[in-house]
Amino acid sequence: MSEEHRADIRPGRLAPQAYAARFADHVPPLTEAQALLEANRCLYCYDAPCMQACPTRIDVPSFIRRIAEGNVRGAAESILVSNPLGGLCARDCPTEVLCEQVCVRNIQQGQPVAIGRLQRYAVDGLLSGAHQPVFLRAPATGRRVAVVGAGPAGLACAHALARAGHSVVLFDAKPKAGGLNEYGIAAYKVAGGYAQREVQWLLEIGGIELRCGWRLSSAEQLAALRREYAAVFLGVGLAGTYRLGIPGEALAGVLDAVEFISELRQTPDLATLPVGRRVVVIGGGMTAIDAAVQSKLLGAESSTIVYRRGAEQMPASRKEQDLAQIHGVRILHWLAPVEVLGEGSVRGVRFARQRLEAGRLVPAGEELTVEADMVLKAIGQRLDASVLSECGLAQQGGRIAVDESGRTSVANVWAGGDCVADGDDLTVYAVAHGLRAAHDMDAQLRNGPARADG
Amino acid sequence: MAQLDIDFCGIRSPNPFWLASAPPTDKAYNVERAFEAGWGGVVWKTLAEAGPPVVNVNGPRYGALLAVDRSLIGFNNIELITDRELEINLEEIRAVKRRWPDRAVIASIMVPCKEESWKAILPRVEDTGCDGIELNFGCPHGMSERGMGAAVGQVPEYIEMVTAWCKHYSRLPVIVKLTPNVTNIRMPARAAKAGGADAVSLINTINSIMGVDPQTLTMSPAVGDQGTHGGYCGPAVKPIALHMVAEIARDPDTAGLPISGIGGIGSWRDALDFIALGAGSVQVCTAAMVFGFKIVQEMINGLAGYLDSKGFSSVAQLRGRAIGSVTDWQFLDLNRVSKALINQDTCIQCGRCHIACEDTAHQAITAQRDGRRHFEVKEEECVGCNLCVNVCPVPGCITMRELAPGEIDRRTGRRASETRLQWTAHPNNPLRSGA
Repeated sequence: MSEEHRADIRPGRLAPQAYAARFADHVPPLTEAQALLEANRCLYCYDAPCMQACPTRIDVPSFIRRIAEGNVRGAAESILVSNPLGGLCARDCPTEVLCEQVCVRNIQQGQPVAIGRLQRYAVDGLLSGAHQPVFLRAPATGRRVAVVGAGPAGLACAHALARAGHSVVLFDAKPKAGGLNEYGIAAYKVAGGYAQREVQWLLEIGGIELRCGWRLSSAEQLAALRREYAAVFLGVGLAGTYRLGIPGEALAGVLDAVEFISELRQTPDLATLPVGRRVVVIGGGMTAIDAAVQSKLLGAESSTIVYRRGAEQMPASRKEQDLAQIHGVRILHWLAPVEVLGEGSVRGVRFARQRLEAGRLVPAGEELTVEADMVLKAIGQRLDASVLSECGLAQQGGRIAVDESGRTSVANVWAGGDCVADGDDLTVYAVAHGLRAAHDMDAQLRNGPARADG
Repeated sequence: MAQLDIDFCGIRSPNPFWLASAPPTDKAYNVERAFEAGWGGVVWKTLAEAGPPVVNVNGPRYGALLAVDRSLIGFNNIELITDRELEINLEEIRAVKRRWPDRAVIASIMVPCKEESWKAILPRVEDTGCDGIELNFGCPHGMSERGMGAAVGQVPEYIEMVTAWCKHYSRLPVIVKLTPNVTNIRMPARAAKAGGADAVSLINTINSIMGVDPQTLTMSPAVGDQGTHGGYCGPAVKPIALHMVAEIARDPDTAGLPISGIGGIGSWRDALDFIALGAGSVQVCTAAMVFGFKIVQEMINGLAGYLDSKGFSSVAQLRGRAIGSVTDWQFLDLNRVSKALINQDTCIQCGRCHIACEDTAHQAITAQRDGRRHFEVKEEECVGCNLCVNVCPVPGCITMRELAPGEIDRRTGRRASETRLQWTAHPNNPLRSGA
């Protein structure tokens, strides 16, 4: 090919009216009749395994029983008291590896109670109508707390602190709150602008001032927060991404999957969003699935996930892998990228077959080229660590080190969510982190002066 | 193949499944459809004396107790007896019986408690060619306020008196339909027999209110802003009906009196219960009102299959087989000892047995073993109450194991004995025989 390769990346691959249907809820909400039937399958287990499996310990038997009794508001209360982001978790939790995996109905009927969908039914039922506040704030304490990052961890933390009577300023670098749920996950998981609806509901409690467009980018900023506020919570997520580190990575058409998804989530008209004719996604996690499926939904002719290990090792759950394949995404295993091919713009990726040798991946000798007009890198996100190091925050495995209460190594600074080295990178863990930190911060703020030991 | 035909106090029908006197048997159109579907007989909706017809409400007549999946558990009604002219009903009975000579057609009757009223109607009913009459002494709403229905069934002397009139003025078999709204069902049954009844049928419906509308705080079902108690029937009343049937079947004064069983029969399995406790025919209403007349085909098929599987060649061979297993508490064998046994291979670990036993019974089921979720019976605490069996969602997972004679009951330290010990002879009973 003498001329510069012209990749086929363009918007509007579908008829204009096709987008809305394709990006609608991939799991539709339960109707009242369905919810009542499903709720009746719950056995109201003693010391319920589902509740134990939930990082936020939602009392699942209680809320399901309340749905069965026609008490949808009570069901929502039961959920939200344990997890104020229960509506979101109902949508994006991998319930198949959490509560629903341990449901005893699996053993008896081969199918768990649809806990996630019932949870959504309850919370949506509360939020959709005119509702009395579920939470009332405790009397004002006069304490001010800074929460950095308005993703699930920060939102949960801010809400719990506000509920306890503290005043919270909630900072975020992006124009909108919500974190990955607004910018990072597939649109069909949070259809109908749910992420913002939930943020609005959380802020209704009062006492939370949201300041968007504020990024933590210097140690001096954190020092200032520590001076001005009684306590600081960091829920800054993982802002950085990993590079492939192979030739051709700079070619046009090679993008970070998180950027692709973020743009998709913020585009008012999906018909204007360019997508390749042949898309290759490199990686094996949820982001890889979300990027590959949405490429296909945008009209890509082919979408291929390439992962360097096997199906069993993929961080994406089996259910997510199935979802991808249902949407026509091809998943190739045991292939590591060697070179992105093309002149000016990408035209393919060359992969080397891998095998395990003493637990380590080694090239198996064979190579394979997959043609592509667009390459999406989804090989993981990482902490933007330099500023945090300057701030003196101890780290562990590339994340902020925290104790079991979410305290960092710096006095009066707590942290949670994906930026800390604890739990899986899921919304529900981030919420649990935010809540445990808020609980600890509240106890400290009430019981005396800040720790001196730092 | 077992034969399902029956001879019930001289009334023959090709199977024991009759439609009870109720809305489904209100007129020829319905009854024709029922016979086409396969019903063995019908008890025609209760006839009233000649004159201005009964008037029904023009609002909800029915209320229901529904499960979460909206399957119907209980049903209630405030409909009265037929609101059609007597002459029309009699003409239709005559025509239907002529077209369906092999089916049982029984006329239900309710007229005032005066001899001349019964004397007037009985010959006209007999003249239709029907196979028998059923005296409605059970309807608990509306008509009972006028001294009929349950108002008669609650006074044994009236039952005997009216039954005797019917036997005097009619050659037809007389079935007396009893109300369950009494304290001891044996009394009205004995009265019916004393009056010469050929059979009894029971139960009629039970006084009931279905609930209260949470918005209006009006009882339901209501006609406008008020309601009244209705008659309760459907699956939920079956245990009450079975008890009453068994009481009459095992009462020495009424043993052998033919019984037509009614109350919550929706399947062959329900029919089996009634027949084994002494019923010679069964009557159905609610199941037909929920599923339509075709449901009888499943009942017929199921009962015939069951009889074949047990080697019975007729319904009569099943009838009454379980009566001897019903006794008074005082005669139960207190030396029998049972312990619950949980099958760990089929246990799904829901823990319902544990929490039921722990909170409300005898603290006889573990929740953990070696720090792990594990549900197992502690025989040293188990009294064999059967609660865990009833709350377990897995059929057959928890069973009751009876201790073999000589085996030590780990709760009491005593050996299970083959010797029978009844309360009547128990050492703790100050009134025991020989004390």
